[in-house]
Amino acid sequence: MSSHAEEPNRRDFIVLAGSAFAAVGAAISLWPFIQQMNPDSSALALASVEVDLSPVASGQAITVMWRGKPVFIRNRTEEEVKAAKDFPVADLPDEVARNANVAADATATDENRTLPGHENWLIAIGICTHLGCIPKGQKIGDERGDFGGWFCPCHGSHYDTAGRIRKGPAPRNLDIPPYAFVSDTQIKIG
Amino acid sequence: MSSHESNYQPTTRFGKWLDERLPVNRLVYDQLVAFPTPRNLNYLWTFGGILALCLVVQLITGIVLAMHYQPSGEEAFNSLDHIRRNVNYGWLIQPMHAVGASMFFLAAYIHLFRGLYYGSYKAPREILWILGVFIILAMMATAFMGYSLPWGQMSFWAVTVITNLFSSLDSIIPGMGTAIVEWLWGGYSVSGTTLNRFFSLHYLLPFVIAGLVILHIWALHVVGQNNPAGLDIKSDSDWVPMYPYAVSKDVVGMFAFLLIFAWFMFFLPDYLGHADNFVEADPLVTPPHIVPEWYFLPFYAILRAIPSKLGGVIAMFSSILVLVFIPWLDTARVRSAKYRPIFKWFFWLFVITCIALGYLGALPAEEPYVTYARLFTAYYFAFFLIIMPIVGIIETPKKLPGSITEDVLGPGGGKGASAGAAAAPEKR
Amino acid sequence: MTKTLAKSLGLVAVVAIAGSLTLAPASFAAGGEQPHIEHQRWPFSGIFGQYDSAQLQRGFRVYKEVCSACHGLKRVAFRSLSEPGGPQFSEDSVKALAAEWPNQITDGPNDEGEMFDRAPRPSDPILGPYKNDKAARAAQNGALPPDLSLITRARNTHNDAWFPVHFYLMAKDVFTGYQEGGANYLYALLTGYHEPPEGFTVNEGMNYNAAFPGHQIAMPNVLDGGPVDYSDGQEGYNGPASSLEQNAKDVSAFLSWAADPTLNTRKQIGWQVMLYLLITTILLYAGKRRIWAKFH
Repeated sequence: MSSHAEEPNRRDFIVLAGSAFAAVGAAISLWPFIQQMNPDSSALALASVEVDLSPVASGQAITVMWRGKPVFIRNRTEEEVKAAKDFPVADLPDEVARNANVAADATATDENRTLPGHENWLIAIGICTHLGCIPKGQKIGDERGDFGGWFCPCHGSHYDTAGRIRKGPAPRNLDIPPYAFVSDTQIKIG
Repeated sequence: MSSHESNYQPTTRFGKWLDERLPVNRLVYDQLVAFPTPRNLNYLWTFGGILALCLVVQLITGIVLAMHYQPSGEEAFNSLDHIRRNVNYGWLIQPMHAVGASMFFLAAYIHLFRGLYYGSYKAPREILWILGVFIILAMMATAFMGYSLPWGQMSFWAVTVITNLFSSLDSIIPGMGTAIVEWLWGGYSVSGTTLNRFFSLHYLLPFVIAGLVILHIWALHVVGQNNPAGLDIKSDSDWVPMYPYAVSKDVVGMFAFLLIFAWFMFFLPDYLGHADNFVEADPLVTPPHIVPEWYFLPFYAILRAIPSKLGGVIAMFSSILVLVFIPWLDTARVRSAKYRPIFKWFFWLFVITCIALGYLGALPAEEPYVTYARLFTAYYFAFFLIIMPIVGIIETPKKLPGSITEDVLGPGGGKGASAGAAAAPEKR
Repeated sequence: MTKTLAKSLGLVAVVAIAGSLTLAPASFAAGGEQPHIEHQRWPFSGIFGQYDSAQLQRGFRVYKEVCSACHGLKRVAFRSLSEPGGPQFSEDSVKALAAEWPNQITDGPNDEGEMFDRAPRPSDPILGPYKNDKAARAAQNGALPPDLSLITRARNTHNDAWFPVHFYLMAKDVFTGYQEGGANYLYALLTGYHEPPEGFTVNEGMNYNAAFPGHQIAMPNVLDGGPVDYSDGQEGYNGPASSLEQNAKDVSAFLSWAADPTLNTRKQIGWQVMLYLLITTILLYAGKRRIWAKFH
């Protein structure tokens, strides 16, 4: 065809438009094949869980499941709360609260990691922010790391009693899921 | 060499008829029978054939295992146990596939280091080499997904840790890494959904590898084989036809390799694996010590050596991708390290570095191992990025033999009979 | 000139690496959280090892009389107790054993649509006393007695030796075909109950064990004094005497079989294959030498 060098004409335009339509269609038809891998509707259904906190005595911890992830619930002792409060935020590796219940840019003070009036309860997603392992420290006798919170055995991240990263490769504090107290001893996560 | 004239003569009427329509016989004859191979190849050159054998073993055992395996979070672990206990010869085929993966990597790494030592990446073999790097990458992806399939504790946590590497992209565009990870998982954590798609991809990727292998062999047959002297074929006495010479040597290599393979398969089927993978996957309990399979350990050590998460991921992928660029990073005038007195030392130091990184990758991420891992990681990259370009310039290579024939027979040799001609009795 | 430079450069590098790595043993000793576990000789260890069916029979008795009170063996069917390469009980005794097994199989639904419990048959798995993990934890004060079907393959010993020693030990295991770390660990665990060292506090309901990681285990010292008497008070019994060590060794061997029941066949066929490969390699090598003869 190139041998018949011609001015651009209507036929060229139609060929160009046809090719463009075909290309766009091919690109769009890829979308379902990419999208099918995303979490499906049954996984998306945001099931919220209610947890009864009354059996958890001071100093104890429980783990519940929410959206397939473990959630650490710890009833912190006064010393543990104090240790978390006393540490200056400016010295933290990650100064952001990472709390779904407060503003996204709130600083990682102990107050911003908990809910007001329930400062003894630390509720955090129990997945190390480094590479997704489950940190140790929930069970009695577990290694709790250098700061009395949690310790991730995979690559040695240490979290303090407010679930904030203090030492090790993890880039962020443990995430705080959205939750609210429905009564004094009952929370709803999600 | 493809420029070599085809001297295939169909001997039957059917052969002639077929040759005019679909010359497969001619292809096989030219590429696998009459193909000229340098006469000075040593046994390290048998690893190409050994690797082809490994791929075939993995394909056959894999297809057979898929007939009994159930890729679901509930049944995967049980079905593996069922294969080993109840399926006829399942106790043989399952370890053949699992040990086979290790053997495949063993052979691939020997093949790779051979190429590195003898300069097989240098012009005109750049594309051949790069295709090899892509094959290694595809093998790694396949092995990683395959390792998830037994759905033991190590499977589960390896998938968790490795897929989470993508979440490091969050530090470039917030949310992007998480979106990619959830897309890979098909949920908010690793689950049976993830296992199912990994099974599908694990079945697909070996055919991608097979395609790359065909391109690799094609490229090899265009530029011809490198050899220990790193010289090109110049005269007929420099080469022998592939059949029977190279083939007879290749089968010796293959059977010797199978001896090692069989030793592990029959006497040490669990030795190269990890005991935690005999515990069913539990999303709530992380094993105290997560280690990848031995063939990933050096890269795992590099990942952990870098204090930043994104930096570690970039370093790990770069450690393989840097291989793509070495045809241009190496400034030496000769190919083979046999004639490179300085580079040779750095090469062996690099081999030690890779072994040391592998050893450190299996140790916990504590001091002093992290510091050692950093030192070796620094050398790993320095070898390619600093030593290769600089040593190539400052070093005076030893005197090369005049030809491949001289490499075998010594100076003045090669005046005798032309090996290439003598070696084609069927032409007489 | 360049040659000496190269040599000295290389030498410096090698010495630097060797030097840096010799620092390692001190740290190994410091971080020694993994208890040292002895290598044992087992009838089935090494390249020629095979199970001793008499030992497996004794081990099964220990499992039945002691372990099965808490632990199941859910991946092992009763029928395999009479199959070749195992304890090789007679088929009739296995049938009787299954029928008397205390832990019933849940079957159904029946014609009324109800699930029901029934006595196991030889084709059924050897179940423990608990229907699921939650029931086990509830009965065991929060601790979970693991299923023992794969236990010896699911455990291993850690080698914390200094790296040259480590490489040597690895090579030794590879050349002797030794992969019995799980059985070694199990034996060390069962015989590892001691008085806790000075200053070690054992939590309530836990027991001190030298081999267990963390040294606190919920399982008590069940084989103390060798509770399983192999002689059954028979006159003229000349088998092994009962002791903690003997009971522990036998049950570790039995559980090794439970985890890897095809070991005997695997190694027998393995030798046939090795022999075939060796002969073929030699023949092919001789053939290669002949083919290449005119070039040498």
